[in-house]
Order: sequence, then structure tokens, then C-alpha cells
Amino acid sequence: MSHFDFEKPIQDLIEQLDELTKVHEKGKVDMSSKISELEQKILVAKKEVYGNLNGWQKVQISRHPERPYTLDYIENCFENFIELHGDRTVKDDKAMVGGFATFNGQSVLVVGQQKGRNTKQRQFRNFGMPNPEGYRKALRLMKMAERFNIPVICMIDTPGASPGLEAEERGQGEAIARNLYEMSVLKVPIICIIIGEGASGGALGIGVGDRVLMMENTWYSVISPESCSSILWRSWEHKEKAAEALKLTATDMLANKLIDGVIPEPLGGAHNDTALTYQTIKDTLEKELALLNQKPIEQLIEERIHKFSEMGEFIEK
Amino acid sequence: MSWYKRVKEGITTLTSEKKAVPDGLWHKCSRCKKTFLSEDHQKNCYVCSNCNYHDKVGSHEYFEILFGEDFTELFENIYPSDPLGFKDTKEYSKRLKESQEKSGMTDAMRVAVGNLNADMKLVVACMDFGFIGGSMGSVVGEKIARAIDYARENRIPLLIISKSGGARMMEAAFSLMQMAKTSSKLALLGKAGIPYISLLTDPTTGGVTASFAMLGDVNIAEPEALIGFAGPRVIRETIGKDLPKGFQSSEFVLEHGFLDFIVVRTDLKAKLSSLLHILMKVPANQLSN
Ligand SMILES: [Zn+2]
Ligand SMILES: [Zn+2]
Repeated sequence: MSHFDFEKPIQDLIEQLDELTKVHEKGKVDMSSKISELEQKILVAKKEVYGNLNGWQKVQISRHPERPYTLDYIENCFENFIELHGDRTVKDDKAMVGGFATFNGQSVLVVGQQKGRNTKQRQFRNFGMPNPEGYRKALRLMKMAERFNIPVICMIDTPGASPGLEAEERGQGEAIARNLYEMSVLKVPIICIIIGEGASGGALGIGVGDRVLMMENTWYSVISPESCSSILWRSWEHKEKAAEALKLTATDMLANKLIDGVIPEPLGGAHNDTALTYQTIKDTLEKELALLNQKPIEQLIEERIHKFSEMGEFIEK
Repeated sequence: MSWYKRVKEGITTLTSEKKAVPDGLWHKCSRCKKTFLSEDHQKNCYVCSNCNYHDKVGSHEYFEILFGEDFTELFENIYPSDPLGFKDTKEYSKRLKESQEKSGMTDAMRVAVGNLNADMKLVVACMDFGFIGGSMGSVVGEKIARAIDYARENRIPLLIISKSGGARMMEAAFSLMQMAKTSSKLALLGKAGIPYISLLTDPTTGGVTASFAMLGDVNIAEPEALIGFAGPRVIRETIGKDLPKGFQSSEFVLEHGFLDFIVVRTDLKAKLSSLLHILMKVPANQLSN
């Protein structure tokens, strides 16, 4: 597993522990008290490091290559998933996946951006950057879910909507805009979870919901810290400063009332204990679905629109 | 003041975009370089009568073109704040203050209601590129949201004139969420059966394109405007090639099916009027123009 610079204090202690364990196992010296002492130290170091992550460090964790992606959550949190393909107009976008499944016996639609793990997969998935047909596939499935009265779950993980010739030719702007418009009045409950990167319109394009939740080590903003740095500071060097300034972490987003909740992750991030991560997501979905299922749909839509209408800070003189 | 100097000042004012209307007696087209009487240029809706170049103008000019003097500005009391205490090479609060002093505006959006014709009221929400690149922050979003509500409650058709570089980065996610805010309000307007015309002008990009600008019942654009989601520089860097000629122009976007028609600014008022008479089912009045 790959590690970040800021995890070095923990890694150093883990290496020491490995050494001690080896000596202990050879059986000549009893190291058990030293071992438990070191294990305690590791836990303290982990809490110290992971409990004080800054914006840029969370951005790094959100991009960890071993972090669960949309299809991992689908496989581990849902049953009977049937993937459906295509936008019925142009093609099937591999950067956006979707299909119907069951969750605790209830039918649900799951859609989300999908990243790849190796070079080949990354290219196949276009790095999780959907084209217009991806957003239109997502909308097609959501309209189907509405027809059959099935709640929608959106898993958001994208470095942005794809910038390119074909994306512009096929109306990337229109595709995202249409989703915002239609999702705001979709007549079924919508739960959106930022599971990794929530970059700009490419994320928001499947991000209008009754409950918008961010996992603890994810980010959500109008631009990536790198691009923000290059535009406002005219250099790529200031990404850490940009990450702070953008207030893009789950805690900041919740404090600014731009999301509805934060889903805790295992110490060090979702990839450090995927079983626990999947269980947390399942518990969260169970709780949220139960709440949303109770409400009349007209009330849900009114509250959904009202919530987004309240977003923004200005002075009224 | 010499004739030459006046012309020259006219150009300087234009290129720096400080003022859309040059103070000088003469206006020189920034594309074909032909010179016109400023008064005639203004009467021609700031369009070059030689080469059809559309000067970049703002809310002041659009309100004048559509309403003359006969309009009321709405929601003037909404001012920007600095919700994140944002600072890059400069503090956002300072940037706001400077932009306000320089432009004489509060933010990048003004809303007015007036009579397009004697029998046709219209709500116009117009962006001003002169204010931080026409970027969309909380004030732009709030004014659009209120303009939409006003149009819906009073059953008056809505025109939004877009001219924007996209999101206002200094408001980060607050800026992003204006896309959802404005789009959801438009969904309510659509349900109420009130027509919304979106006019895209040069340039309309980013989060504005990916929200209200593309959501008109009818999407129209001025000729040769830059319209796109990703900016041309970003696309060029991504694909590592020069972009084809005319890429992301109004004509390109029309050809690809995302605009209903392109309108020359001098025809804007008349075309809007006939379209809205039909959509609002108001019998056309021959004298109404
Ligand atoms: Zn001119
Ligand atoms: Zn000209």
C-alpha cells in the first residue's frame, strides 16, 4: 500500500514494530511489553496525524489509488446489481456507471462516476471524467427510477467533467445543466454521497439530492486546488494554500451548510479498513432511506429546492 | 480636443472595457477599424454597421436597447460578502471593493422589469462582464433566483443575458451551488408555464453554461460569441492540439443543436417580441414595436 509523506511518523513506528516482532518471534528475548507499548504509540500517532489532516492532505487521501470506487461500493453494499448501459443517443460512457439493485430488500438505483486502478483501466474509465452522454445516461436511469418509484443513490467521485472537442460538440454544459434542472424536481428520494473527489460541475451534475453527504476524507468544490493555484496564483506551487482557501473539506462544507452530513471513515481513510467502510455506508443508507421513505414526495421536492435556494452568502441592505 | 485624439480615446476606453460607450464623438470598430459617429453606433445597438462586430456591452446597454428609459431595476439592495475570508494574491474583500469602485456596480448581475412593448412586460437579468469577469458568486445566483421567482409570481416572461467566465473561485463551493440554485428555480418556472429565453453573449463559459444559460425554453446567442463549458485554453492543453477554427462559436453551438437561433443585436427586441407574443398567446399588435 502506498503512503503519503505526512504518514511517515506512523510508518516509522510500524517498521520498528515489525523489527521487534521478528526478534520476539525468534524466541530469545521476550519483547511483549515493548511491543504493546509500541502498539499504543502507533495508535496515538495515528490519532495525532489523522485527526489533524489539513485540506490538501484530505485531497490526497480522497485520491488514494486503493480507495473504494463506485463499483466497489455497489458490489459490497448492495445485492442483485444489474448494470444498465448507454444514453440512447450517442454511446455508453464508461466514466459513469449505473444500474438497479436491492438494498435490504428495497429496490434502488445506483449511479456514479467510475475511476480505474491501473493505467489501462484509468484510460478505459477516462479517469472518472464523464462526457455529456455519461450525464445523459445517469438522467435516463433517474427518469426510469422515477417512473417505477425507486429511490436514487448517487456516488460522486470525479476530477471533473471531461474537457475535450467531443464533450463540447455534444453539449457538456447542457448535459450538466439538464441534470440539475431535472434532479431538483425528480419525484423520488435522492441521496448523494461524495466518496472521493467532488470537482465542480462534473460532480454536481449528479449531486442534487435530498441528502448530500460527504465522506470524511473527500473534497468538494468549484475547482481543484491545483487548477485554483494555477489560475489565482499563476503557478501550480500553491495547491496547499489553495486547498485551505477553498474550504473544500467535509467539515468546512458542513459548517457552511453546503452539505447535509459527514460520513466517518476508518482511521487513515476508507482504504485502510474497507469492511468497516462498507458497513458505515450501509448503516448510513439504511438510516437515510428510512427517513426519506417516510416523507411525501411533494414535501421532499419542496425541501430539496428550498435547501439549494438558501445556499449563498450576501448582504441585503 | 483633436479629432484624432477623440478617436484614440474611444479605442482605449473600449479595449480596457472600462466603459462600453466611448465618450468621444467617434467610435472606431475594434475589428474592421472603420470609424462611425458614436451616436450612430449607439443607435445601431453597438454593432458595427460595416462588419457586424458586436461590441461587448453590459446591463446598462441591454436595458437601454430593450426598454429605452422605461424600466425598474429590482433587487438593487443585494451586495456581495466574503463568506470564506478568501485570499489569494489579494484579499477577495479588497477585490470586491476595487471592482465596485471601478465599475460603479455592486456585482456582476442586474435585474430589471419593464415594457418590451406596450402589451408585453419582460423581466431581464443581465450579467456584467466588467465585474470580476462576470463571474457567478452568491449575488449573481441570488439575483437570478429572485428574478425567476418574480417572473413566476407575476407571470411575466424572463430573459437572462449571460456573459461570464464562469464560477467565482473566491466563493468556492458557494459559487458552485448557485448552479443548482438557479436551475432548480428554473424548474419551478417551467412548471408554472412561464417562458424563459436565454441569450448567450460573448463569452459564456463554465458554470454559467452548465446551468441557467443552457436551460432556456429557447436558447439564443449573439453572432460569433464564445460559448462552451470548458475554456478553450483548458481544452487545448488537454488534447495537446490547436482547436479547429470556429470551435465553440455561436455558429458551432447552433450547428450542434444547442441553440435555437442566432440573433443580430439590432433584431433582438423585435424577435423577442414576436416570439413572446406567440408563447404568451398575446395577439400581435402592429403598433407594438
Ligand atoms: Zn464597435
Ligand atoms: Zn467593424
